[in-house]
Amino acid sequence: MLKQIEGSQAVAEAIGLCRPEVICAYPITPQTHIVENLGQMVDKGQIDPCEYINVESEFAAMSVAIGASAAGARAYTATASQGLLFMAEAVYNASGLGLPIVMTIGNRAIGAPINIWNDHQDSLSMRDAGWIQLYAETNQEAVDLHIQAFRLAEELSVPVMVCVDGFILTHAYERVDIPEQAQVDAYLPPFSPRQMLDPANPVTIGAMVGPEAFMEVRYLAHYQQMQALGLIPELAEEFQQQFGRDSGGLVKPYRSADADTIVVALGSVNGTIKDVVDEMREQGVSIGSLSICTYRPFPRKAVRSALQHAKRIVVVEKSLAVGIGGIVATDVQMAVAGLHKPVHTVIAGLGGRPITRDSLRKLFHKADQGHLAHLQFLDLKHALVHEEIARMEGQRHSGPSAENILRGMGTIASQIR
Amino acid sequence: MSIQKPFAITLDKNTSLANHTGSWRSKRPVYVDRLPPCNATCPAGENIQNWLFHAESGNYEAAWRSLTENNPLPAIMGRVCYHPCEGACNRGQLDEAVGINAVERFLGDEALKQGWAFAKPVAESGKRVLVVGSGPAGLSAAYHLRRMGHGVTIVEAETAAGGMMRYGIPRYRLPRRVLDAEVQRIVDMGVELRLDTRVDDVLAMQAAEGFDAVFLGIGAGIAKRAYIPAGDASHITDAISVLHEVEEHPPLLGRKVVIYGGGNTAIDVARTAKRLGAEASIIVYRRTRDKMPAHDFEVKEALEEGVKMKWLSTITEADAGNITIEKMALDDKGFPQPTGEFETLAADSVVLALGQNVEQTLLEHIPGLELKWDSVQTDAVMMTSVAGVFAGGDMVAGGERTVTVSIGHGKKAARAIDAWMRGERYQPAPKHEPATFERLNTWYYADAAKTVRPVLDIIRRQSTFDEVVGGLDEGNAMYEARRCLSCGNCFECDNCYGVCPDSAVIKLGAGKRFAFNYDYCKGCGLCVEECPCGAIAVELEDK
Amino acid sequence: METTIKFYQTDTFTVGNRLLSEAERSVQAGMQRTNALNSGHRACQGCGEALGARFAVDAAMRATNNQLVACNATGCLEVFSTPYPESSWQLPWLHSLFGNAAAVATGVAAAMKVKGKQHIRVLAQGGDGGTTDIGFGCLSGMFERNDDVLYICYDNEAYMNTGVQRSSATPPAARTATTMPVGQHANGNVFGKGKSVPLIAMAHEIPYVATASVADLRDLEAKVTKAMSIHGARYIHIHVPCPLGWGADPAHTIKLARLAIESGLFPVFEAEHGEITGHRAIRAQVPVEDYLKLQKRFAHLFRAPKQVDVIAHLQAMADRNIRRFKLLEKFTSPTGGAAA
Repeated sequence: MLKQIEGSQAVAEAIGLCRPEVICAYPITPQTHIVENLGQMVDKGQIDPCEYINVESEFAAMSVAIGASAAGARAYTATASQGLLFMAEAVYNASGLGLPIVMTIGNRAIGAPINIWNDHQDSLSMRDAGWIQLYAETNQEAVDLHIQAFRLAEELSVPVMVCVDGFILTHAYERVDIPEQAQVDAYLPPFSPRQMLDPANPVTIGAMVGPEAFMEVRYLAHYQQMQALGLIPELAEEFQQQFGRDSGGLVKPYRSADADTIVVALGSVNGTIKDVVDEMREQGVSIGSLSICTYRPFPRKAVRSALQHAKRIVVVEKSLAVGIGGIVATDVQMAVAGLHKPVHTVIAGLGGRPITRDSLRKLFHKADQGHLAHLQFLDLKHALVHEEIARMEGQRHSGPSAENILRGMGTIASQIR
Repeated sequence: MSIQKPFAITLDKNTSLANHTGSWRSKRPVYVDRLPPCNATCPAGENIQNWLFHAESGNYEAAWRSLTENNPLPAIMGRVCYHPCEGACNRGQLDEAVGINAVERFLGDEALKQGWAFAKPVAESGKRVLVVGSGPAGLSAAYHLRRMGHGVTIVEAETAAGGMMRYGIPRYRLPRRVLDAEVQRIVDMGVELRLDTRVDDVLAMQAAEGFDAVFLGIGAGIAKRAYIPAGDASHITDAISVLHEVEEHPPLLGRKVVIYGGGNTAIDVARTAKRLGAEASIIVYRRTRDKMPAHDFEVKEALEEGVKMKWLSTITEADAGNITIEKMALDDKGFPQPTGEFETLAADSVVLALGQNVEQTLLEHIPGLELKWDSVQTDAVMMTSVAGVFAGGDMVAGGERTVTVSIGHGKKAARAIDAWMRGERYQPAPKHEPATFERLNTWYYADAAKTVRPVLDIIRRQSTFDEVVGGLDEGNAMYEARRCLSCGNCFECDNCYGVCPDSAVIKLGAGKRFAFNYDYCKGCGLCVEECPCGAIAVELEDK
Repeated sequence: METTIKFYQTDTFTVGNRLLSEAERSVQAGMQRTNALNSGHRACQGCGEALGARFAVDAAMRATNNQLVACNATGCLEVFSTPYPESSWQLPWLHSLFGNAAAVATGVAAAMKVKGKQHIRVLAQGGDGGTTDIGFGCLSGMFERNDDVLYICYDNEAYMNTGVQRSSATPPAARTATTMPVGQHANGNVFGKGKSVPLIAMAHEIPYVATASVADLRDLEAKVTKAMSIHGARYIHIHVPCPLGWGADPAHTIKLARLAIESGLFPVFEAEHGEITGHRAIRAQVPVEDYLKLQKRFAHLFRAPKQVDVIAHLQAMADRNIRRFKLLEKFTSPTGGAAA
C-alpha cells in the first residue's frame, strides 16, 4: 500500500510486518521515532505476540536481544551513534554467538563534539563486528531491506544491521509502498533457530574458547558471513519477484558501464549523486555511480567488476578514519587492487553537513579533469581550519621550530589548504 | 527441532565428565569406621552405637537383636550396669552424655513386653559344654555357646539362677520378674539348667558326662572379714549374707545398723537396711567421700533416702548396742592414719561390707589350676592354666567385679571355647582406631539435653522394695537414642554428598552409605572437615 | 509416632539425614538431584562458588521441575564450567558478557513469554564483580522493570578470575592484588566504601530479596525455592568463600562461611517488596577474629604489632549488622529456612 509517510514510521511498519517477538527500545536521536512507532503498534496489538521492553541502555538493549534470540525469539532493536558504541561489546557478542538479530541504525555522527546529525561514522565503526551491514538508499529501500534482513539473518544465523541515514531518511516524509502482511509472511517464514535454549535439549551456549580453536571459530564466522555474498542477490531477486521492486542486493551500478569516472557511495547520498550524474551525462561527461548496498560482507568481486572499466574512482563517504582518511575508500581500493586506477577519497557530509548537488558537480568536474586530490574534504571551511591551525601552532607547539615546520609540511602533504 | 550446534561456542551437557579432575589430588579422603568411646568402654563389648542406630529409627526389635548379639540380659543391664559407656560418651563434652543405659533398659523391657525370643541355633554342633554357676558370666557364656549350636548344661548350687544378680543386688534395683524372665529366655534356647546342684569336682563331672569343655563362673561369694574386737552380745554380720537373706527371709538387723565399708555393696546394704525398717543406717568408711569406691549416683541416692555417712572413721570395737569409732586423717599420700580420737555410736548390728573372696573348694579339685591370691588366673581369652577349662566373672583375677564385666567374660570365653573345641585359638578382631571428640564436627548436632528418667519419690523408696529408677517411655527412648552422635561411624547424614563442590561423592542408597568418585575428587578435604562424626580420613596420594 | 517426636538426632543442620522424612530433606541429599553443575569442572579445590552454584541451581531446577534456563555473567563460574570442549552444565545455559547477565536473562524471559512458554523460568547468575560492579546497571534495570528473573550473585568478595582484585563487595581491610597492605592501603581495602546490593535491591521494592550462604544449605534451598514460587524480579546474594583469593585452606570453605554468619559479618536475611521479613539468627556468636584469622587476606592485621583498632572496626561492623538485622533474636524466617 502506498503511503506518504515518515521514514521512521515506514521502517517501523516494515519491522511490524516481520513479526518481531522481542523489541528492545532505548531512545537515541535519530532512531527514536522508529521505536516509538513500534511501541504504539505493540500497544495496539498490531504486533502480537510481542514483548516490547524499555531497557536502561543500549548495552542492555542488545543484551536483551541476545537473550531473546538465544531463546528462539525473533529479536529487534534500533540505535544510533553513541548508542551503538555503548553496546559495542554486545554487538560483537551477538555475532560471535551467531544470533540473527536485526538492528536498525539511524546513522549519526559520533562525538565529541556531540552531534545528532547524520554521517556514517557510527555503523562503520562496527564494520568488523561480524554483522552484515546493509545501507538503504531510500525509505522504500529501508522498508524492503528490513524484510530481507530478517530472512538473511535467520538463514545464515548472522545478525544484520540495516543502516538508514539519520534525519535524511528517518525523518523524511516520502511516498513509500508498505507491503501487505500476507506478502511478507510468504517471503519471511517464522524464525527457526539454529540453536536454542531449551530445557528439553539443554546445551551450553557461549563457551570459553582458547587458542586451540579460537582461530577456527573466527574463520567460520568469516566463512558464514561470506555466504551472504551469494545469498543476498538471491534474496533480492526473490524479493523482486514477490514484491515487484528492485531493492537490496550487493551493489547498484548507475550509468557506469562505460563511464570514465565512477562515483562510489553508501546510503542516501546516492540519490543526489545520481541526479548529478544525470546532469553531467547530459553535458557529455562520462560519469556513472556505484551504490554499495551491502557493505559487510564487502562485495569485492561485484565492486571490482563494476569498476574495472573506469579510468578513475571517486569514493564519497560520510566517515573519516582519522589518521589515514577514508574507510570505504580503503575497501574500494582493495577491490580494484592491481587495476592501477586512481581512487580518490572524498570525505563529505560529516556531522550532517549538507552534500549539495552544486558541490558534487564541482567535485566531479574536477575529477573528470583529472585534478582531484587523493584525499578531499568536501566543503571544508578552509579559512576556519587554517586560522585555527595557526592559532594552535602559535600557542601550543613550543618545541623546536624544525618540528613545527615538519608538522606544517605534513599538513601540506595531506593537501589541506 | 534438531539443533545444529555452532562449532566450539556451543557445547553438549555432561561433556566435562571427560575431564578427570581427580588427577589434581595430592591427598584423598577415605571412609573409615572408628571405634566410638561407648563401644570401646563397654565391658560386655556391646555395639552400643549400632543398637542406638536402630532405636533412632524406631526399629526397637532390630535394636534389641543387635544389642543381644553381645549381651543376652538387656533388661537387667539397663538396671544394674554402671554404664561406663556414658562416662566415655563424646556427647558429654557437648552437653550431657547420651542416656545409653536408659535406652538399653527400654529395649530390654520392650522385649519382655513383646515376648521377643532368641533364635534357636540353626544347626547343632554336637559339642557339649559344662557351665558352673548361673551368674551373669555363666549365663552369658551359656547363651553365646548355645547361639553357636553347642549343647550347654548350667549347674547352679542355689535354688534359683542368677548368682549375685539374685543374691547380691537388692530388688529395688533389679526386680526379680525381670531377672527370671531374662534367665528363662536363655533356658528357652535349649540350655539345660540344673538348680540345687553343687559341684565340687568339676573334672569328675566333665569326665562322667562327657563334656567337651568347662566354663567356671562361680563368682566371689565369700565375704571378707576384718578383725573387730567384739563382745559376745554384739551382732556382726556381712553384706553378702544380709543381701542373700533378704532374698529368702528378712534378716533382723535392729533399729540402728552400721555398715562398714565404702563400696557399692555397702550402699546396697545400707539402703536395704532402711527398707527393712532401720531408723538409722550409717555407713562407716575410713576415707573420704570422693575416695569411696561406690558410684557417686548410688551414694547420692542413698543420702537422699536418709542413709548417713561417717567418713574418715574405722570401727575399733563392737559391743551390744554400740560401737567405737576412731577418727582418721589423710596423710600426705592420701592414706588414712589414726588420730587417737574416739567416738561411740549406737548400733544394733554391724554389717561388714569389705569385699568378697572366691570359694576355694571347687578350685582345689582342679589339679594345676593357677591362682592369683584367691582368684583364678586366665589368659587373654579366659582360658585357665588347665586346657579346656575356662573361667570368667568375679572369680577371675584382675578387673572390676561387675555384672557387665562378667557378661563380657562369658562372651569372650564362649568364643574361645568354640575355637578351642575346633582345635583353634580365638583371635579377637582388631579394633578400629578411637573416635575421639576432636574428630567430630559438632556444629551439625542440635542442642539436646538428656532426658531425666522418672525417679520414684523418696517416701516410697524408703519403705518399699519397689524399683527406684523408672524406665523411659517410647518417645523418650527414641529421643535419647537420637542424641547419639554416631562417633566415628557414618550415619548417612549426606553431608559429604552435599558439600563436595565436585559432585565426587556417590550416594549408594539407604543403608549403603557413600563412595568417593576418585575420577573427580580434587582432594579439597571439605567432606572430611564437614563430616559430623569423623568417619572420613585423609590419606596421602604418594604413588 | 514420627509426628510426635520433634527432635532429631542431628536436626536439620546436616545436608540430609536418614531419620528425616523425604519432605524435610534437602535437595542436595537426594539421589535424584540434578547436579546442575556436574563433575569435571575446573574450579579450584574447595571452591565455594562451585558449591553454591550447584546448591542454588539444583534447588531452582527442582522448584521448576527442570524447566529452567540459566544466563551466566563472565567470571570464575563461567570460565571453570565451560572451557571448550567441556561443559559442566546440565541445563540450557547461556554466557554472553561480563556485565549483561541480568539483561540477557530479561531477553530470555521475554522470549519465553512471547512463545507461550512461561513455565520455563529464568535464572541469571554472576560473581560479585559481575553483579555489584560491571553488571550493576543491567541488574538495576532488570529490577526496576520487575522482569521475571531470579538473579543470583555468588559473592566471593573480589575479582577472583582475574587474580584477586578488589570489587565493591570486598570487605574493608582485606588484602587484594589492588589493595595490597602497603602505602595508602596500609591496612588493606579501605573502610567506608563498597556497597550492599541486597539493600539496593530492596530499594527497588522488588518482590523478593534474600542473602544466603553455602554454610546453611537448608536456608539457601528454601530461599531459592521460595524465589521460584514468585514471579517478577528476585535477587539472592550467596556468600561463597574462595580458598584461593582469601588465602584459606580449601577444607575450610564452609567453616569460613559459617563463621561469617556466626560473627555477624555476613547477615542472612530476606525481604519482600522492600521490607525485611526474616533473618537467620546467630546460633553461637563468635568474635570476628575467629573468622579473620583463618584467612591470609587478613594476615597483616595479626602480624606484630597487631592491628587491634582495625580488628575492632571490623567487629563494630559485625555488631552493627547484629543490631540492624536483629541477628541475636531468635526468629524463624517465613521461608522456614532459618534453622534452630
